[in-house]
Amino acid sequence: MVTDIPRTVVVTGVRRFLGAHVAARLAADPRVGRVVGIDTAAPGDDLGAALGDGVEFVRVDPGLAQLRSVLADTGAEAVVHLALATAPDPQAGGRAAMKEQNVIGTMRLLAACQQAPAVRRVVVRSSTAAYGASFRDPAVFTEDTQAREVPRGGFARDILDIEGYVRGFRRRRPDVCATVLRFVPFVGAQVDTALTRYFALPVVPTVLGRDPRLQFVHIDDAWEVLHRSVLEEHSGTFNVAGPGVITLSQAVRRAGRVAVPVVELGLSGAAAFVKALGMRGLSLDQVDLFVHGRVVDTTRLTTEYGFTPRSTPEAFADFVRAHELGSLLGMGRVAAAERAVLDGIRRARLAGKRSLDGARRPS
Amino acid sequence: MARGDPRSELAPVSAADLPVPSRNGQRRMAEPSPAAEPASGSGPADISRPAVTEPAVGPEPAVGPEPAVGPEPAVGPEPAVGPEPAVIAEPATGPEPRSAAEPAVGPGPGPAAEPDGELVGESDAWDRRVAGALAFLRRRLTGDYEVDEFGFDPELTERVIQPLLRPLFRRYFRGEVTGAEHLPAHGPALVVANHSGTLPIDAAMLTVAVHDETARHLRLLGADLVFRIPVFSDLARKSGGTLACNPDAERLLRNGELVGVFPEGFKGIGKRYWQRYQLQRFGRGGFVSAALHTGTPIVPAAIVGAEEIYPLIGDLKPLARLLGTPYFPVTPTFPWLGPLGMVPLPSKWLVEFCPPIDTTPYADSADDPIVIFNLADQVRETIQQTIRKLLKRRPDPFA
Repeated sequence: MVTDIPRTVVVTGVRRFLGAHVAARLAADPRVGRVVGIDTAAPGDDLGAALGDGVEFVRVDPGLAQLRSVLADTGAEAVVHLALATAPDPQAGGRAAMKEQNVIGTMRLLAACQQAPAVRRVVVRSSTAAYGASFRDPAVFTEDTQAREVPRGGFARDILDIEGYVRGFRRRRPDVCATVLRFVPFVGAQVDTALTRYFALPVVPTVLGRDPRLQFVHIDDAWEVLHRSVLEEHSGTFNVAGPGVITLSQAVRRAGRVAVPVVELGLSGAAAFVKALGMRGLSLDQVDLFVHGRVVDTTRLTTEYGFTPRSTPEAFADFVRAHELGSLLGMGRVAAAERAVLDGIRRARLAGKRSLDGARRPS
Repeated sequence: MARGDPRSELAPVSAADLPVPSRNGQRRMAEPSPAAEPASGSGPADISRPAVTEPAVGPEPAVGPEPAVGPEPAVGPEPAVGPEPAVIAEPATGPEPRSAAEPAVGPGPGPAAEPDGELVGESDAWDRRVAGALAFLRRRLTGDYEVDEFGFDPELTERVIQPLLRPLFRRYFRGEVTGAEHLPAHGPALVVANHSGTLPIDAAMLTVAVHDETARHLRLLGADLVFRIPVFSDLARKSGGTLACNPDAERLLRNGELVGVFPEGFKGIGKRYWQRYQLQRFGRGGFVSAALHTGTPIVPAAIVGAEEIYPLIGDLKPLARLLGTPYFPVTPTFPWLGPLGMVPLPSKWLVEFCPPIDTTPYADSADDPIVIFNLADQVRETIQQTIRKLLKRRPDPFA
């Protein structure tokens, strides 16, 4: 469904990993005329390099006026909103700043888009955290599933607010194609999130008696979906996940880690424990995820985009390879140990049989 | 189609008695059936009456002829029947004839399990079993196995969970299954059964019965309480269960699975001993609407025997409230004997699957409450009648 390709694309949050890479990819596509990356601060050296020369960077204040003028000046036809903080950063104002950026930032951006007549397409990054995770939820969430409980944890609530603003925006600007992409956690070679750091721990804490089902999406596929959302017209809300499921215990074993089950003394206790392990940024909704798990249906994405992300097990395997995990208890070692044990048993049996034969023959 | 009259239901019973593996089952089965036939035709009959056909079956001698089935010895060789996660470390090396004979439907012996050939001349059964167990252990250790989106782990279920449950059903409860031909060999069906026994052991036994008869996995729908409790939630998902809600039920049925549901819920499982074999209310009939939405046949199933395993005589409500459970059971042995009171009584179990009820004629009225209630009633009535029939075949619960 390739329709008119927007000539000018504005990408927010280019200071971050996801924003920088999506902007760079769009700039590298010859079909896209101009890519403008905006953020409240310039990206660091490595991401600045990733942005390259194709992306024009514009520093904006959080205020509405400047956003509006940037959209008007550039004549932006598509806006990709990726400036979301997934976890509070204590150095940059903590949870209050995170909420300011996520909720107020989205509100302002959508208000600016509403007043920019040239904008035809808005793509907003969301998260499957919107579904929450509880024991009363169905096993598989479709885009239409309502969360049984309001999810705990800041990020999930921010996501609900953000999606609420997008719904309001759709009502006010029905001519604009608004795409909401609910991503599961990213994995990939360069991805550095709380979750990837978690699997890099030598000893991985898990919740005793709980083996949540997890899903991941490979970062390359996430970029591809975002890219297509800009170039093609896909209105609506879509789950973006690698098909298939991997349980936490499976993931831990495939990453060659050792799981340490922790008793579930009320979830805040578990969160405190996780914090004590030096894993800042694991919020309550992520603790819920680690207890109950979350799986989403990707039928709508596959049929609408004609694109299937690589499966969750594949994406995770790629992550394990890239991070050279799996060395502690690697597949090869276990297979070698298995052969050794099997050979040992066979030799022992053979020897036993021979000695038995030997004992029998003289008699 | 629809409601089978009592006589047509009786017909398959005598035919289906043949494949029953229990040793003393065959002989005893033949005796009560002629007596039971006219009795069930005349409607509800007294449970204790047909005992006349079994002359000398007091509770004591009944256990006698089967020495291996004394309550303790049967459980003895399998001490880890409980849901201990530790059993994973000890894979299916247990001498279960079935699991050894059937080389697992899932991923077969791994590549590393190929016998060398030159070390041991003939690759005997013992060698294959060791190699299979080691390959299984390796796959578990390295996470090299598949789970579906509901968290179902077919390998673990076939190689660990089912082999642990099977002796409980076949030897300890002397379980007999009839009417298995009513379960489809492939494609979806909704198995609706009665629920009883204080603890949901009947659910686990039903999965064994279905798997043994059809080699298919029964995907159970469980109460949310199951998914709130740590270890149990995990075991339930790994053995194929999921939350009893319409999205999950319909998703499973659309995937062509065999789904099992107990519409009585806690009303059934937590009823008192003197209410035994009286079906409780069937809730809102959510299972019927799931079947109608997906055009799936409903297979009513009657389970007899689960009522006697933990005769519920009381309920400590304050304790239940404290633990957040629907009831806190008091049985003749629990909590008086402590953990020993958790050992189920060795009742005799009969499971019968009834002819399927086609739901496609009602597909258009999937949300019509009248249709749903009528169908739910029909299923309920079928199960109740089948229970009465089975009770006549089994006059003594501990025979």
